[in-house]
Amino acid sequence: MTESVKEKSHQHQTNHDTKPIVEYNNVHKSFGDVNVLNGINLDIMPGEKVALIGPSGSGKTTIIRMLMTLEQPTSGEIIVDGQNLWHMEKNGKLVPANEKHLREVRGNIGMVFQHFNLFPHMTILQNCMTAPIHVQKEDKESAKKRSIEMLEKVGLGDKIDNYPSQLSGGQKQRVAMARALVMRPKIMLFDEVTSALDPELVGEVLEVIRDIAREGEMAMVLVTHEMDFALDIADRVIFLDNGVIAEQGSPTEVLEKSDNERLQQFLHRFRN
Amino acid sequence: MNWKWDMFFEAFPIILEGIGVTIGLTFACYLFALLFGFVWTLLRRIKFKPVNWLVTWIMEFIRSTPPLVQLFFIFYAWPMVPGIGVTLSPFTSAILGLGIHFSTYIGEVYRSGIEGVEKGQWEASTALNFSTTQKWTKIILPQAIPPTIPMLGNYLIIMFKEVPLASTIGVVGILSLAETYGANNFRYLEAYTIVAIIFLVLSYPSAILINKLEKKMNRRFHKKAALQESKGAVI
Repeated sequence: MTESVKEKSHQHQTNHDTKPIVEYNNVHKSFGDVNVLNGINLDIMPGEKVALIGPSGSGKTTIIRMLMTLEQPTSGEIIVDGQNLWHMEKNGKLVPANEKHLREVRGNIGMVFQHFNLFPHMTILQNCMTAPIHVQKEDKESAKKRSIEMLEKVGLGDKIDNYPSQLSGGQKQRVAMARALVMRPKIMLFDEVTSALDPELVGEVLEVIRDIAREGEMAMVLVTHEMDFALDIADRVIFLDNGVIAEQGSPTEVLEKSDNERLQQFLHRFRN
Repeated sequence: MNWKWDMFFEAFPIILEGIGVTIGLTFACYLFALLFGFVWTLLRRIKFKPVNWLVTWIMEFIRSTPPLVQLFFIFYAWPMVPGIGVTLSPFTSAILGLGIHFSTYIGEVYRSGIEGVEKGQWEASTALNFSTTQKWTKIILPQAIPPTIPMLGNYLIIMFKEVPLASTIGVVGILSLAETYGANNFRYLEAYTIVAIIFLVLSYPSAILINKLEKKMNRRFHKKAALQESKGAVI
């Protein structure tokens, strides 16, 4: 553990003077009358691993869903790799982004969902191949080759012709990760990816995430309830409460040294 | 009036000649309804409230009026509407009338199929950056259509049985021929019995076929895994 912490702080420093890959500037989000996010300011560096923690309803999932363009911010801006995500320039003015613009920026981002969302009518190989072929226009042979490699990497090389319904929850989630990874995103989002799994299957999924994290070049944002895991792989832990960032810092700072009362309450509930 | 077999056998080939028109009209109406049903589904997906209300209201209106009235309107009344009135042949009127009527039901079938696809499927296809067209053709429709096939098949049979309505505006199918034969020879019993037999012989096996299809679809879609496992593709 101490070794991996050292590694992380080193990585954090090398990224220090480069530009952030994602910037949230004063982002608000409300659903009807309910304010979910009340002014989020957040920079994520290339290759940085960020864990979002907080009580349910604190808005952590909404933060990454806005980045994946599944929810639209009520106000504020999100910048991805220098490009404004939800707005585009037209005749010198900023106007709401159209689908074409969203697709262009969205290409940098991949996501893994709590409920896997694999395509049930396709084999797991097809699940992985379809987007590279149809979205990125990669030729079929190379997409297939890369997909198989990726599935082997997550330990499912022998299941490529099975359908999702034939797999366990943990296996499904590993397919979902392979499917997102073949797209070679610069930013990967993980939305409570172990919450829907039986306890004994959590480990295998976390192991794969740990492997991905070790490779380093991809920024990762994880919404998670696995505190030990966050402590282990994250460069930075962010505690959200009532729609704002209430505390952030290195995992040890946040999870072990912070005196934020709400955070203490939250952690206390988890440790018992 | 007593039953006469010789009349029965004489009338049978004469009436059967109309089967081409009856079946042809069924499929023409069905095709129209399948295509137009898709138009309703698309229109109902427009989020702009006034359009949505209008479309819902029109669909409700079409479903709440008898197809026979609609046929009469298209064939007899529409030509008299100033400006847009057009005189149509009986066959075309029947395709329009029955086709539009049933398209409203078929539109609902499509809608149920599409709504049956989980929201997560849309989100995953957004996350993989599919275009809107690709989402529909590669992800949503391949999942939405198979479960609706049995329902669509049922509508085909229902339409087949409604098509004789077209005889009222002069489409010469088996019912019209039976009517003519009956009137000319005063043998209504044999003539209409023949019509009933023909319909029975065609729709009953089709219904059984669709029933089987439904079972097969359910198995294929929900238990694809179980089937493969039994073949030895073990997890």
